[in-house]
Amino acid sequence: MTEKIATREAYGKALVALGAENRDVVVLDADLAKSTKTIDFKKQFPERFFDFGVAEQNMMGTAAGLAAAGKVPFCSTFAVFATGRAFDQIRQSIAYTRLNVKICASHAGITVGEDGSSHQSVEDIALMRVLPNMTVFVPADAVETVCAVRAAVTIKGPVYIRLGRAPVPVLHGEDFVFQPGKAVRVREGSDATVIATGIMVASAVEAADILEQEGIRVRVIDIHTLKPIDIDAVVGAAQDTGAVVTAEEHSIIGGLGSAVAEVLGENYPVPLKRVGIRDTFGESGKPAELLEKYGLTPKHIVSAVKQVITRKK
Amino acid sequence: MRELLMKLEAKAKEIRRYIILMTAAAGSGHPGGSLSATDIVTALYFAVMRIDPKRPDDPNRDRFVLSKGHAAPLLYAALAERGFFPPPELMMLRKLGSRLQGHPDMRKLQGVEMSTGSLGQGLSAANGMALAARLDGRDYRVYALLGDGEIQEGQIWEAAMSAAHYRLDNLTVFLDYNGLQIDGPVEEVMSLGRVGDKWKAFGWHVIEIDGHDFTAILDAVAEAKETKGKPTMIIARTVKGKGVSFMENQVDWHGTAPKAEQASQALEELGRRS
Repeated sequence: MTEKIATREAYGKALVALGAENRDVVVLDADLAKSTKTIDFKKQFPERFFDFGVAEQNMMGTAAGLAAAGKVPFCSTFAVFATGRAFDQIRQSIAYTRLNVKICASHAGITVGEDGSSHQSVEDIALMRVLPNMTVFVPADAVETVCAVRAAVTIKGPVYIRLGRAPVPVLHGEDFVFQPGKAVRVREGSDATVIATGIMVASAVEAADILEQEGIRVRVIDIHTLKPIDIDAVVGAAQDTGAVVTAEEHSIIGGLGSAVAEVLGENYPVPLKRVGIRDTFGESGKPAELLEKYGLTPKHIVSAVKQVITRKK
Repeated sequence: MRELLMKLEAKAKEIRRYIILMTAAAGSGHPGGSLSATDIVTALYFAVMRIDPKRPDDPNRDRFVLSKGHAAPLLYAALAERGFFPPPELMMLRKLGSRLQGHPDMRKLQGVEMSTGSLGQGLSAANGMALAARLDGRDYRVYALLGDGEIQEGQIWEAAMSAAHYRLDNLTVFLDYNGLQIDGPVEEVMSLGRVGDKWKAFGWHVIEIDGHDFTAILDAVAEAKETKGKPTMIIARTVKGKGVSFMENQVDWHGTAPKAEQASQALEELGRRS
């Protein structure tokens, strides 16, 4: 069993390291510092940590002002509030202005679990991806999270980083090279490709193992940057394997599935199957129960791969 | 002082003339709320703020956030008159490819400190700038202008709370209290209640003035600078459409541009170029 770490935990630690190196880094939260893990930064650098209470819109707007004056604000809250409650603030004051604000939202997707649908963001990627000037990172594990946070600082402009609540397997080693906008091949195979993001990358690898036992070899692509999406990797997968399955803990409308469909449709159409939340809200339950009920397990990826292979010409 | 007041009167007149000329040339825009806040913004740009059009990126400059972004003609006229760009460009307001967008865009025009237009957001941005000044140990001051209809937005009160919480005494905010919004009198559309008491209750230092009296504006700004430990709200009673008889207190001039003959009457009332 590989080690499991929640991406939000990795985020908290990455912020502290960053805070020590860069005095312009400031951290903003909206009464969820213990959950988003910005509390680690708060303990270390209290003078550079600002709590806004339960007021996400003002947090985003204040971040814009801090950035306009040269600071590098990291804003954290749950993904559903960051992107939903404060969408217009992100659109008007951060994306349109191209200000250097990093929105690092935790508790994304249905693995939030028992809190239920009000707290389960299944549309945040769609909301952030549609905004001009926005870079969107969806790290698959703790290693990618640290890399994404560091990459975000080198990008002059708004960045959205999607983080999860539940512990997920650590997929990458310390030598992992993270290039923004560049997808990572984690498995090689020629029968089909599974393009996965976030916590679904680990499930895609598991699915590949199951399929291999049945003689089906799939390429698995870990796509940590949803925007700008790696067009070459997506088109290359279609050319080399002739069929694509996407896997995301997000609505299949507007997220990774849509992004891949857009790239394939315009460049190299091949059979596609999207594994994700199928246009519905979530509910309360244990993360594993929810992943099962909403069709987000390795087993579901396996059946999607088999289906898509039958449609190959 | 007398000399300064005369200069401000002349600048305000010139800026009001530009507002009429610009909106007439554009065929759209918001003259009413630009004219109501003209004296406040004129005082800021010509008597209060530490700014230098030759060094628009100076980290020590004072900042002004036009939270009521629809008063863009006023901001542009003030910037042009202050030397940030040549006044003839004002006639490009709202035209395709222009730096003078319908609502201010900080990425298109230097001197614009924050892009605004979606009401209720500028105060948060001003708070952020004020916090940054403190973090960096800089002594610049941040000014913001809110509309009265604008403070119906919930985000304003979130920002009001946090400015007091973080004791932003380097922040001075004006409320352009002209009493009119698009759908009618503010008191009929969504009454603001006891506005001064509200800001006081949120922890602000509150000053109420006549927003067309330069002495009162300058005194209030001076009082704000002396006020420690809390931000200052200057509630400025103003007249929408101020300076143009047929526009004054007329709600329909919120977002309607003058036609050619109306523009020339307005310019006549505002007097010849000084």
